[in-house]
Amino acid sequence: MATDIEHHTLSVLVENKAGVLARIVNLFSRRAYNIYSLAVAPTEDERFSRLTVVVDVDSAPLEQIVKQLHKLINVVKIVELDPSHSVERELMIATVRCPGEQRHQVTELARIFEGKILAVNQNALTVSLEGHPSKVDDFEDMLRTFGISDIQRTGRIALPKLDRDAGKLRAVKNRTA
Amino acid sequence: MKLNGGQALIKSLEMEGVEVMFGLPGGAILPVYDPIIDSPIRHVLVRHEQGAGHMAEGYAHATGKPGVAMVTSGPGATNIVTPLADAYMDSVPMIVITGQVPTAAIGTDAFQEADITGITQSVTKHNFLVTEAQDIPMAIRQAFHIATTGRPGPVLVDIPKDIVDPTNPRSAMEWVWPSADEVTASLPGYKPTTIGHPRKIKEAATMMLAAERPVIYAGGGILKARGAEALRELAELLGFPVVTTLMARGAFPDDHELCLGMPGMHGNYTAIMSMQESDLLIALGSRFDDRVTGKVPNFAPLAKIIHADIDPAELGKVRRPDVPIVGDARLIIEALVTEVKAQIAKGAEKPDVTAWRATLSGWQETYPLAYEDPVEGELLKPQMVLEALRDSAPEDCIVTSGVGQHQMWASQYWTFRHPYTWINSGGLGTMGFSVPAAIGAKVGRPDRMVWAIDGDGCFQMTAQELVTAAAERIPVKIAILNNAYLGMVRQWQEMFYDERYSEVYLSPDLPDYVKWAEAMGCVAFRVEHPEDIQPTIDKANAIDDRPVVVEFRTDASEKVFPMVAAGHSNSDVQVPPFQRARGSEEVAD
Repeated sequence: MATDIEHHTLSVLVENKAGVLARIVNLFSRRAYNIYSLAVAPTEDERFSRLTVVVDVDSAPLEQIVKQLHKLINVVKIVELDPSHSVERELMIATVRCPGEQRHQVTELARIFEGKILAVNQNALTVSLEGHPSKVDDFEDMLRTFGISDIQRTGRIALPKLDRDAGKLRAVKNRTA
Repeated sequence: MKLNGGQALIKSLEMEGVEVMFGLPGGAILPVYDPIIDSPIRHVLVRHEQGAGHMAEGYAHATGKPGVAMVTSGPGATNIVTPLADAYMDSVPMIVITGQVPTAAIGTDAFQEADITGITQSVTKHNFLVTEAQDIPMAIRQAFHIATTGRPGPVLVDIPKDIVDPTNPRSAMEWVWPSADEVTASLPGYKPTTIGHPRKIKEAATMMLAAERPVIYAGGGILKARGAEALRELAELLGFPVVTTLMARGAFPDDHELCLGMPGMHGNYTAIMSMQESDLLIALGSRFDDRVTGKVPNFAPLAKIIHADIDPAELGKVRRPDVPIVGDARLIIEALVTEVKAQIAKGAEKPDVTAWRATLSGWQETYPLAYEDPVEGELLKPQMVLEALRDSAPEDCIVTSGVGQHQMWASQYWTFRHPYTWINSGGLGTMGFSVPAAIGAKVGRPDRMVWAIDGDGCFQMTAQELVTAAAERIPVKIAILNNAYLGMVRQWQEMFYDERYSEVYLSPDLPDYVKWAEAMGCVAFRVEHPEDIQPTIDKANAIDDRPVVVEFRTDASEKVFPMVAAGHSNSDVQVPPFQRARGSEEVAD
């Protein structure tokens, strides 16, 4: 599970060009850095895409990861999102085995977590939950007691919080050594 | 002006000031070879694409200008992957243009198709697949800009055949040469820092003025930044000793009283120990490579570190600096000189390094680079050959080398007095580098004598390029130190594998190097006796219209010393056996 102690969230603005994602992933692979999760999509400006990448800093110091990422020509900007100054979300869909009487327990759980029932048949339910990654973690743990047959999580996406001043973002770009 | 993509590519290279390129044509790149006939650019036709890559590197090392190589798709492109990796490790500015199958065929496993941008992602500074003829000039401009600025490195530009083939409508384009501003604007994520932060410069200068046992740890970045003169000014201003890494040989004159020579696994005893005992290492354009540091936790344990490098990722990668400075080595050194002078003018005292210098000269006297005299009737000592080559060559002679024992001896025994006179494969350690690199260097500097110092193992990997040299009348000189072994591997097997020699014997006379060289259009000599060394070198040096190969039969039992065994502390450096006795009372700690 993603505890915020050994995982850090980087928001990486990249040029929206063919092969950029491959360059990022290749860099992580060749320098033996571990990615915990990665989400990518275009931004409001079609020239750029934003990656939210959760990195495992046990594998390498965050500073070194950031500096190596910056060496990629297509990487424009990197911001480390401090969990206390950012909003983070993740989406999960899971199919849970729940024949008969258990179905009620799962729907009840989904209600408590404010999840949705996406599909149902005789033996299983597919539920979705959008929320803070730790809430998604909790929901996943609870569902495991019933038996998860399939699960897909999106990886976290994040943006800086609005109610605090944006200057609180730590711009790791300029941090030397 | 209407051009086709092939014409636009060659015109772009001309606009970038390219005078020479190294390459070999094939199906996918064919249309680009046609306009070469009408271009002032000289094309050197190689015999293997790896040769083209190393020639471009040799050219870049010798001239400071980016080297350019052009090859076809598929195997042509994969054959140049080693030079790309080599150039990436040693920060050599190089542009490689590869042909690619037509756009519509990409991804279909077409004949001679290889995903070369995918393959080379981790061994290039950047690469491009250009998909529109109109984009060719911008791609070439970006490639040169990226290869030559910031930390230099290789850039690959992959060109599908349809956008350069005049019979294909997709090759039509309107010639537009982008301005420098347009190039910068097109690379929003690329803004290398060149000027060192003034506060860090100030901190570094203050630290230098307070040092007791300082050492300047000069790396290849100084040469890339054309900073050798600035380095000399800084060293002389403070009287600080200088070590020059394998990539920085020649960045500071070897015959200068402040020069301690090469540090590292096979460095000079004094260079190694000076760093171990130092209280301040001033690392300029160097990267704390494992061959320099030995076991990292034991490296220079007492030293504070000033680390200046153009690549921010090098700062703190291996050793955390006390003062990190990001920027161009020359600009930083010049700023340091100015700042040190300013602090002295304000009353700061120059540090007294007399005692430190005395310690260093003591080590130099006790542990000079040395080898035992040859025994009558035995094979040649390789060091003796190098000394004779060195003493017979003009002082601005360019020396290239392959990788292994001969490389270490060349670096140790040559006296480099000028920058850009030493060209070798440091980071990647590419056997076979020396012959093509020498050819590239000679093409770039036809006014200079160029000697390739090679081993017999290395020579066999790229010797075919001597055909190129003979055909193109590029008069390089090759010295093969033929000890009939993969010598460095043999040395490790002798020292660390109980003399169990596994797959290292090559034979002294298979191939017959003289016949082989002659077959390739070279003049060739073989030297087996000490008295023939000098006359043969004199004959070789007198030839200036053809490549020359001199095979020296050397003693395979000779080992490279000093040596720090891999993974050991530099303090455990082994000097040659005959020097060990004198050490007992004197070796530091």
